[in-house]
Amino acid sequence: MTQPAFPLFEALRQKFGAQIQSLTADREDETYLTLNDPDIRPITNYLRGEFGARLVMVFAEDRRASEGVFFNYYVFDQKGSSRYLLVRTPIRPDDPSFPSLSAELPAVNWQEREIQDWFGLKAVEHPNPRRVALHDNWPDVHPLRKDFPLETVLPPFEGERHIYRPALGEGVFQVPVGPVHAGIIEPGHFNFAVAGEPILYLQLRMFYTHKGTEKLFEKLPIPKAVFLAESISGDSSFSHGTAFCQAIERAAQMEIPLRALVMRTILLELERLCNHVADIGAIATDVGFVIANAHASRLKEMLVMLNEQLTGSRLLRGMICVGGVRRGWNAVQRDTLCSTIDSFAREFQDLIGMIDSSESTRDRLEQTGVLKHEKARDLGIVGVAGRASGIDLDTRRDHPYAAYSRYSLRVPVYEAGDVWHRMQVRIEEVRDSISIIRKAVDESLKGEFCAPARAIPSDRCALGAVEGWRGEIIHWIRTGTDNHLERCKIKDPSLNNWPALVEAVQGNIIADFPVINKSFNLSYSGTDR
Amino acid sequence: MFNIIQKTIKTGIVTARYPDEAAKISENFRGRPAFDFEKWKDARPAAEVCPTGAISLRDKSDSRRVTVDYGLCVFCGLCADASSDQAVQITREFELATMDRHKLVLTAEYALNADGTHQQLREVQFQSGHTDTDVETLGRKARENIHKLLRRSLAIREVDAGSCNGCELEIVALNNPIHDIERFGIQFVASPRHADMLLVTGPVSRNMELALLKTYRAMADPKVVVAVGACGISGGIFGANYASLGGVDKVLPVDVYVPGCPPRPQALLHGILLAVGCLAQRLDSDTAVNQKA
Ligand code: SF4
Repeated sequence: MTQPAFPLFEALRQKFGAQIQSLTADREDETYLTLNDPDIRPITNYLRGEFGARLVMVFAEDRRASEGVFFNYYVFDQKGSSRYLLVRTPIRPDDPSFPSLSAELPAVNWQEREIQDWFGLKAVEHPNPRRVALHDNWPDVHPLRKDFPLETVLPPFEGERHIYRPALGEGVFQVPVGPVHAGIIEPGHFNFAVAGEPILYLQLRMFYTHKGTEKLFEKLPIPKAVFLAESISGDSSFSHGTAFCQAIERAAQMEIPLRALVMRTILLELERLCNHVADIGAIATDVGFVIANAHASRLKEMLVMLNEQLTGSRLLRGMICVGGVRRGWNAVQRDTLCSTIDSFAREFQDLIGMIDSSESTRDRLEQTGVLKHEKARDLGIVGVAGRASGIDLDTRRDHPYAAYSRYSLRVPVYEAGDVWHRMQVRIEEVRDSISIIRKAVDESLKGEFCAPARAIPSDRCALGAVEGWRGEIIHWIRTGTDNHLERCKIKDPSLNNWPALVEAVQGNIIADFPVINKSFNLSYSGTDR
Repeated sequence: MFNIIQKTIKTGIVTARYPDEAAKISENFRGRPAFDFEKWKDARPAAEVCPTGAISLRDKSDSRRVTVDYGLCVFCGLCADASSDQAVQITREFELATMDRHKLVLTAEYALNADGTHQQLREVQFQSGHTDTDVETLGRKARENIHKLLRRSLAIREVDAGSCNGCELEIVALNNPIHDIERFGIQFVASPRHADMLLVTGPVSRNMELALLKTYRAMADPKVVVAVGACGISGGIFGANYASLGGVDKVLPVDVYVPGCPPRPQALLHGILLAVGCLAQRLDSDTAVNQKA
């Protein structure tokens, strides 16, 4: 373990010396700062104010058995630096509470409440401390505490699931939708307050698909847990699988062969292509441009067939593994990759030409569902939705992984924050993905595709970050004994971005809700886990 | 406008003709793992790596019972990689849907050597054939049934009861121009009241249990229920836990099970066509009862 020398840490040591218990880094780009007490506020203010740091995520861990306390973790990153700083604050079981940051930092609103629900630690002075991860009709349980068994059979639920704020005012009424929606999509409950056509505000009730995923990670041997990671959010199977494997590999300090890194890069970009082109089509459908969607979904099918040719699975499943990828591919597969990408690129141009030639489509999408830059910043919005609102973040560039540092990357950023620009971000990213794949392809044939298996040391912490097609995916793990995990924290970008949807629909007519929702296309399962 | 018409003409007809013709699938597709029980010298490595417990062992002092449950399988191929004797092979078979949950389960009994390897195969049990009709006939019959009994249209309500959304992606793909399920007169509808068939994905989270039941109850009789994917059949990798019930049949009577993780569109179509058969039978017997009365 080295003592990291870095101006930021020097400054922290000088300013908060008395509050700091230790500062350690197993890896150059991941530093742990442990405090003596739960009060994170002064350091947060300092990091945000002086260094422009961003609070990436907040989560907890039950360490009562080994260290006698719970810990909260606050993950920060700083523009222009590839380091993550994780601040660890101890929370004593006899005073299970921590000061809430949500009033000033709405970005962590849900995350702090998750800690309340899952660990039974109270977020003191949280502006809206109601349950979020567990529905109101659940008994008083805290599933991520170590003394709560995964297989616990809870009694039948009774009572209200969630009390919605009433909509008041003359001519104001509420429109409840869900959890089962009209289309073939995931479940969640939306409660609109509308005055005539315009939406006054939207309340969300998520976590309908909560299925104990983080807890289950603590029960599976690591190689099996890879499959669980692939099942966090179906459309991001490969990205979540990669984030998970990266975390394990970092914990075990494994060297990953170049070929594996390149193949991962290609597959990550294929996942982006599949989802972006499908979303472009779906946005077009929601404003009545059905033909564009027919072409887009045909293009997507072309890509998922390529996925299958390359990995055996249309969703790229069963390909990622700790140490690299499970199989190499041969010249035939490489040729299919190249020729499919070529025809895709051509047809994608046609598709975009078609959309661009439709004035009415542009009309419907511009200034619809606007997410202002300041709001996006305060809410901690990431990924496509962030970039369309001027949030210049991309994990591929900011914390390079796989083989991304080998290829130049264009990160499209717009200010307008409307549906049209969320679509434009996707369009530009599709073009960029195509060029990354073309550059990477030659390096994907030769060499080892997986590092030799090795024992995973116990009690190591590590973070794995991937820019999924939706945005920043983070897995944080602590290894346990016997190839198991003590803890696996998952952050899907959807968790950050739901509040963006709430913001963006305000003042829009309810008929535009589907297209606004589609332009974010958030994962319920990734949120609910 | 002109360029749209031009593009449409240039693209031509892209719809696949499955099940009248074989499905076009990649040679690398991972379908059903096939087990050569005679040849299998040791089931332990495969059972050890299987992520969902689809392969499970029960050892007594000198014998072993191996159970393979395709209802739990996520088609990862690890069992084939782990079995050095080539007794486990990944095939490209995907038409695994069945009306009988037991048909997804195989068992084999072995006498064991002292080192735990298989000495001799004593017995294999399985209920032969996943479906009783070949898929072409199934397609033809389903078309006839939809045409005659259902007046040309079958309505499906889909409910995600806690899936990862993988199954939904493939169900949505059934509506793309390649798979185009509407060519059978099958459509997905918003209201359960209009639906003949309930297609359910996910392990049934505790939080979706009630919504699933309500949707089912809102459907008029006769109706059929299809459990989709490893999660829908058995809970899959999630199994049963404090937040997950472990499969659709824990809550509803299931008529057809469609294995896969997720099932590819053709596998879904195969399961749906099978379920059309169930529905037709139910309609037939209802009509018979009505005529008697
Ligand atoms: S292919 Fe199926 S049976 Fe074989 S290891 Fe994977 S999940 Fe288990």
